[in-house]
Amino acid sequence: MREFTKGILRRNPVFYLILGLCPTLAVTTTVENALVMSLAFLFVMVPSAAIISALRNSIPRNVRIPSFIVIISTFTTVIDLLIHGFLPRFHEILGIFIPLIVVNCVVMGRVEAFASKNPVRDSVLDAAGMGVGFSLAIIVVSAIRELLGTGSIVVFGREVIPALTGSPVGLMILPPGAFLTIGILIAIFRRRGLLKEV
Amino acid sequence: MENLLAIAVGMILVNNIVLTRFLGLCSFFGVSRRIRDAGAMGMTVTFVMLCSSVITWFVYNWLLIPLGIEYMRIVVFILVIASFVQMMEMIIRKKSPDLYGAMGIYLPLVTTNCAILGVALLNTEVERYSLAGATVSGLAAGTGYTLAILMMAGIKERLELSEVPASFRGAAIEFVIAALLSMAFTGFAGVM
Repeated sequence: MREFTKGILRRNPVFYLILGLCPTLAVTTTVENALVMSLAFLFVMVPSAAIISALRNSIPRNVRIPSFIVIISTFTTVIDLLIHGFLPRFHEILGIFIPLIVVNCVVMGRVEAFASKNPVRDSVLDAAGMGVGFSLAIIVVSAIRELLGTGSIVVFGREVIPALTGSPVGLMILPPGAFLTIGILIAIFRRRGLLKEV
Repeated sequence: MENLLAIAVGMILVNNIVLTRFLGLCSFFGVSRRIRDAGAMGMTVTFVMLCSSVITWFVYNWLLIPLGIEYMRIVVFILVIASFVQMMEMIIRKKSPDLYGAMGIYLPLVTTNCAILGVALLNTEVERYSLAGATVSGLAAGTGYTLAILMMAGIKERLELSEVPASFRGAAIEFVIAALLSMAFTGFAGVM
């Protein structure tokens, strides 16, 4: 169980390890984008970790990185096609960030540091924990940005939080807002002692 | 025929690969402690990005499209880029130990740099540039990356001498700096 929970807060891949930043910043303009991205991410991360862990004794050490990349990119291709087929609107918005899951440092980092050395069960739990930690991080960031940037939060056509103000801070959904939100969140978490000290 | 100057200005300033497109952030925060390292990293990224833009253009337009297997692009691109970087590393180590000293340790990092794959994907499936367009775009994206990481390194060197509040020390203040830099680059959106 510890393998699962460590990734969620105390060793959160985004806020503590500062990994996997590109999608965290790029797709967090609205909560629904972040939700779709989280699903895609979990779909790639968990099966990749399971397969790599199962094959850990048959992959020669010298060619392990290319082998990992082939396995991860296969799952990425599958989810890319699935989203293209069933959620074409999101395929348009998320664009190249779905293919870019392949080079996401969280996936590669956990696979290299954990799944390639541990049994399947632990690897799946570790991958799921890191995946959930990553998902929570991007959902929190996107909620803050959407609320401040557009004044309300709308998920799949339903208003979760109705418009609070008529004059939102447009900057928050522009690129600078992403950096600012994460910087301040890290500072707050550290101040409250929620993150493991560096 | 697309406007090459517009592609170059767009990639360097308006859609800066790091600060507005959010690609290559891990190395942007990780390797920007000193200006010298940042410069070497920028140079390596620019070089690899330029070459990989050209190679992936040929692979996409001459191989994947005629065969009708564009959906294989993710697997193919990442493997082509990874093997190219590996080959470059071997050649540089053999031919020029000086250059290897400057670029060597950064080459493996570049393979998993999302900016490289990102630009390759942008050039082919998103923008569908011509060969000239893809070359300029690769070079300009690398220049934009170098510009951003050099600025970040310059600011971080100054930061070591300044008093930062305890909770902001380290990663947090770096993100705030990146936000300010990004704000400046957002201003270029009015130019285009």
